[in-house]
Amino acid sequence: MTIFRNVVFVAALSGLFAGFVMTAMQVAFTVPLILQAEAYEGAGEEGAAAEESHDHGAAGHSHGDEAWMPADGLERTLYTALAAIVTGIGFSLLLVVASELVGGIAGWRQGLFWGFAGFSVFTLAPGLGLPPELPGMPAADLFARQAWWIGVVIATAGGLALIALTRSAALAALGAVLIVLPHVIGAPQPESHDTLVPANLHHSFVVAVTVTNLIFWLALGAIVGVLRPRFAQGLGEPQSSLA
Amino acid sequence: MATSSGAIAAASSQSRLLQLSLAGFLGLFITGFVGFSHMEVVHNAGHDYRHSMAFPCH
Repeated sequence: MTIFRNVVFVAALSGLFAGFVMTAMQVAFTVPLILQAEAYEGAGEEGAAAEESHDHGAAGHSHGDEAWMPADGLERTLYTALAAIVTGIGFSLLLVVASELVGGIAGWRQGLFWGFAGFSVFTLAPGLGLPPELPGMPAADLFARQAWWIGVVIATAGGLALIALTRSAALAALGAVLIVLPHVIGAPQPESHDTLVPANLHHSFVVAVTVTNLIFWLALGAIVGVLRPRFAQGLGEPQSSLA
Repeated sequence: MATSSGAIAAASSQSRLLQLSLAGFLGLFITGFVGFSHMEVVHNAGHDYRHSMAFPCH
């Protein structure tokens, strides 16, 4: 199990690092916008219903059917950090495994390209159909959106792999079709996009989410490229070129 | 610690694939659980992160 152990070790270290970077960026750039949007969300719900979602004052637990949530402030930030780090390790596992399947990342520069690929697959492509949402914004059925999200991620990853890793023009064309297809099908949309959340707040959020994710993926790819040679004994020779 | 270890990479390609698949499933499980779980508690804990990652939420 040398390969498994080394992959997990590289992924854990790089995911931890990129997760910390992500936490810092989210606390600085995206969470403040989420908190602003929650004010509009609360205003929209009014009255008794407002207690139900994001407010949890002293009179908070209504009938005990409300699930636990972290208290605002430090506790909430700590859980955001925990989610970012755990998921960072998860994304890193996927990145390391995908790159090992075709020979492994040889250095930080190659890692940046793999990072761009991860960004395209997990942020750019899903974000075209389902732009980042703020609390209080209308959205289609959750299950349908999750299904589309997973579909677009698989199609984009498969399409990029066909383009980058094969030498056949026909397969590259098929890859392009795969990348476009989910957008032709279209993401599930709400019946109405009306919301109390101001459009400029949402726009700032879309930009902040997209750019922070880009930096996360670039950092993750680069650190994997730096760490990988140190654990390469069990992983085999790094590849000499990207494809 | 530089690598000139082609000879040491002795694991058969089948075992290599199996171990990589295992690590890949672990990654899918972790991201899937944090990003997609419908459990209220997991949703609430990771709420701001999920929004900031543009995972479908709510």
